[in-house]
Amino acid sequence: MQVYLDNAATTKLDPRVLKKMEPYFSKEYGNASSIHDLGQSAFRDLIKAKTTIARLIGGEANGVIFTSGATEANNLIIKGVALANRTEKKNKIIVSSIEHPCVMESAKFLARAGFKVEFIPVNAEGLIEPKELEKLIDKETILVSVMAVNNEIGTIQDIEALAKIAHAHGAYFHTDAVQAVPYLKLDVKKMGIDFLSLSAHKFYGPKGAGVAYLNRQVKVQPQIIGGGQEDGLRAGTYNLPGIIGLAAALELAYKERNLYLKKVATLRDYFWKKIKQEIPEVKLNGSLKKRVPANLNIMFGYIEGEAILMDLSYKGVYVSTGSACSASDLRASYVLKSMGLNKNFLNSNIRFSLGRFNTKEGIDYTIKALKATVKRLRSFSPIN
Amino acid sequence: MALNYTKKTLDNFLKPKNVGKISQPDGYAQIGNMVCGDQLDFFLKVEKGKIKDVKFLSFGCASNIATASILTEKVKGMTVEAAKKYPWQKVVEELGGLPNQKVHCSVMAVDGLKKAIADYEKSLAASKKKPVTKLKKIETKKTGSKKKTSRKK
Repeated sequence: MQVYLDNAATTKLDPRVLKKMEPYFSKEYGNASSIHDLGQSAFRDLIKAKTTIARLIGGEANGVIFTSGATEANNLIIKGVALANRTEKKNKIIVSSIEHPCVMESAKFLARAGFKVEFIPVNAEGLIEPKELEKLIDKETILVSVMAVNNEIGTIQDIEALAKIAHAHGAYFHTDAVQAVPYLKLDVKKMGIDFLSLSAHKFYGPKGAGVAYLNRQVKVQPQIIGGGQEDGLRAGTYNLPGIIGLAAALELAYKERNLYLKKVATLRDYFWKKIKQEIPEVKLNGSLKKRVPANLNIMFGYIEGEAILMDLSYKGVYVSTGSACSASDLRASYVLKSMGLNKNFLNSNIRFSLGRFNTKEGIDYTIKALKATVKRLRSFSPIN
Repeated sequence: MALNYTKKTLDNFLKPKNVGKISQPDGYAQIGNMVCGDQLDFFLKVEKGKIKDVKFLSFGCASNIATASILTEKVKGMTVEAAKKYPWQKVVEELGGLPNQKVHCSVMAVDGLKKAIADYEKSLAASKKKPVTKLKKIETKKTGSKKKTSRKK
């Protein structure tokens, strides 16, 4: 049996989405920048996709800029907004301490370029308390960036409250919403979001397609320059199959949202209940209440995450870990570290992320596999 | 697989040899990696200058477990002198290679074994120092093993 519990890493392409993409590989292959009919036909579909996405996130169609994914979108927004709006009096950006590496690295890049960079701490539940942003923000701040949903622990941040604080100090607000679809209803205008990033493959769309939603009143320095596509904000031939796939996937995600959330939450709650029943010495990392229903991040005492992952993988169960042993730099998850997790437990954590294609049968199989894995590895652990 | 482990590495991870403890070992050592947080405990039984038995406990990743497993397999029956010199490169070779970021696991396993041998040699030297009666010899052994258990915490 194969059980895929790594949906926060990527999801399987929805066959309905694939079907919508197919013509753009074969019949509608025109370059959307060409002015002949084949090109213009592609261009019209591109605009339709932007309109659909804008409607779903409560924004303007001309604010939807297509990128190769969220890494590029986050690079464009963090670097592009900071660099274009830097003045003698404004030279600071603030990001949370649990952002995805692409935001972290962009922030560090800006620090090397002379910007002041501050990191908002999180509490033991993995949540940002708005008062922590209040402490760091001032008139010098250009941009505040806080992810809507964390990729490792699935915690949901109070985006509206944080955006309000940013605006009260004359700063712009960005949220990396990659893990938020369809768990949060996104409405950029209502929520006070100036900039937002999305990635299609996190919601059953294709890989290689993302969105940088931009408040077009704000200057943004493009990071990829060339042929002037996307009003000069992101050069490069429009990836029509990816763009069509992204719009279709986003539309399906919100159309089927209620049923999906119910299904995932039921499975996740059952899974967690069973784990607690069957396996001793486990602990949930991060708030259970303010968390997307697809995520469980669990500490298994006395054993190491990569070993758990590999043992489960051998049994056909696919999960993820923030353990140092799985990282190329051999360092444990900074997300768990910033939550103040006990040092001895930093490498004993597994992320399970559920999705549309999971079944109760699969969860039952996983529990059985997990129980055996944990028992085996604990049988020769030197710690107890 | 997330990591490009060889079949031999996977076999040694899934069915590791020589896991467990040895009560009243002739040599014992614990080794940890400050960076990645892994830990290995080695237990030795030595007879006539040869490694009669060796066991390990692991808090670590698949390659941590696999390297300790293959190393203990290889040095069992070896003279202490030869085991001391067993190179980490040979551990990697025996496993058919390790992913780059996992090579340090083999170094840690070899260092842990060396540390356990050093512990054995230390207590051997201590017992050789004093000309002792049979009774006293037993006493030394007892305190020796006591010391070892207390270190295992």
